[in-house]
Amino acid sequence: MEKKRYERPTLRKMNTGLMNKFGTKTENEPVTHIESVSVKGLLKEYGSPLFVISEKQIRRNFQNASRIFKTRYPKVQFAWSYKTNYLDAVCQIFHQEGSWAEVVSGFEYDKAQRNGVPGNQIIFNGPDKTDEQLVTAAKNNSLIHIDHYDELYALIRLSEEHKLRPRVAIRINMDTGIYPKWDRFGFNFENGQAWNALTRILNSPNLDLVGLHCHIGTFMLSPNAYATAARNLCELAWSVKERYGKILQYLDLGGGFPSTNTLKGAYLPGTDTVPSLDQFADAITDVILGYGFSQDELPLLILESGRALIDDAGYLLGTVLATKRLSDGRRATILDFGLNTLFTSLWYEHKVSPAQPMGQQTEEMVLYGPLCMNIDIVRESIVMPLLEKGNQLVVHQVGAYNMTQWMQFITLRPNIVLIDTDNNTHIIRKAETMEYIDSLEEIPQHLK
Amino acid sequence: MRIRKNIAVSDEGFLFNPATGDSFSTNGIGSEIISLLKQDKSTSEIIEEISKNYDVDRLLLERDLEEFTGLLKDYSILE
Repeated sequence: MEKKRYERPTLRKMNTGLMNKFGTKTENEPVTHIESVSVKGLLKEYGSPLFVISEKQIRRNFQNASRIFKTRYPKVQFAWSYKTNYLDAVCQIFHQEGSWAEVVSGFEYDKAQRNGVPGNQIIFNGPDKTDEQLVTAAKNNSLIHIDHYDELYALIRLSEEHKLRPRVAIRINMDTGIYPKWDRFGFNFENGQAWNALTRILNSPNLDLVGLHCHIGTFMLSPNAYATAARNLCELAWSVKERYGKILQYLDLGGGFPSTNTLKGAYLPGTDTVPSLDQFADAITDVILGYGFSQDELPLLILESGRALIDDAGYLLGTVLATKRLSDGRRATILDFGLNTLFTSLWYEHKVSPAQPMGQQTEEMVLYGPLCMNIDIVRESIVMPLLEKGNQLVVHQVGAYNMTQWMQFITLRPNIVLIDTDNNTHIIRKAETMEYIDSLEEIPQHLK
Repeated sequence: MRIRKNIAVSDEGFLFNPATGDSFSTNGIGSEIISLLKQDKSTSEIIEEISKNYDVDRLLLERDLEEFTGLLKDYSILE
């Protein structure tokens, strides 16, 4: 006689009271394959935990976003936000699709150059640009987005010294009706600082003002905020044209479009609450098209979207290390990845699925990481099937920021694998080794 | 290790403690274990019995049984 499938005995206390209208969502549908590649096979071949990126999904996301904006506006250019995920393989996919590079440090600038991005297709943002980096960017004809007066005056001085005429824009911050208001980057619109900076640039023979830039926030849930931002940029561009007779080549609306991840504290999942990219595109393009620019004066619309283009192309696969009961009776499940690997668990309630068929019984549990740290929590409360040591899990929508913000802390960082469009797998970043960590350290002679 | 006499247990896995008014639900395996506990079976007998019918590693079963009976004690279902 064939034996029955075993599952752990459970005991659940029944509670009476009012029903919660939001309920508790049960996500126990197993995810056994990613783009037709077996999760079990991936973990066997590349070890656990493991980041997996789908090239197909990246291309789908890019082409979808591109179609959404290009069917509404005639001149659109995407620039891949390097900080979101600057693995070379990932950047190359975006560049192959036609993306420029948007970088926020000298390190990212160098990476973009190494990836073969022409200098005039690199947008250099951020508050931290050294004199040397500014000169390099100016010589390469990159678009330098000035963040503050110190940078503006440094650039004026360097341009004179090196006989250069860099192409510049300024970053503008403004009140778009959202909280928190991001005013630490760039020049303020409302108090006239932005206009003063523009005037200074326009009066400088060594600087070529070519555009305007803003980046109003991150994980933005209000398309109206983008309409406000677009209107303010148009107003400035119009003033520049009227008073100086100069037609600006582009308006860069930055990024900040959300993915469908669920933010912590949200009652409803992100899939139900996050506006579609179409709504953001409508908000932006309606304003620019309706502002009054003639057809040949319409500025190029640059978008620096990161998260919305890659989050759902990334997965984190892992394994259950142990389960236990906490003192208050709650189930605790300990995984082989935690905050160090999945940095975004600090702000998202990531969807987690079992990677193998499980029974119908479920229980509420806390998902802990493997670190010997109390804060190492992947999910504070999730209803999942009865997990056991050795069970495998899939975390969804981890493509943005994790592979740049992860920490080498307590454990080493794992392999990252790309599944290409033919479903072949490639390691695109090797797991760290003791030798790799050691190679950066030095021991003074007296401690040897 | 015995189930308290006043605990009512249904075949479907519902437990009711008339002393406290608490009710509980358990799954198939839990139901079988409770039924064996009611028959005054020892831990090793329960492991023997369950292993006969289920595809389970004995050490894992022992670990789960330990935890399950701990939970039953916490809820005053076991004496």
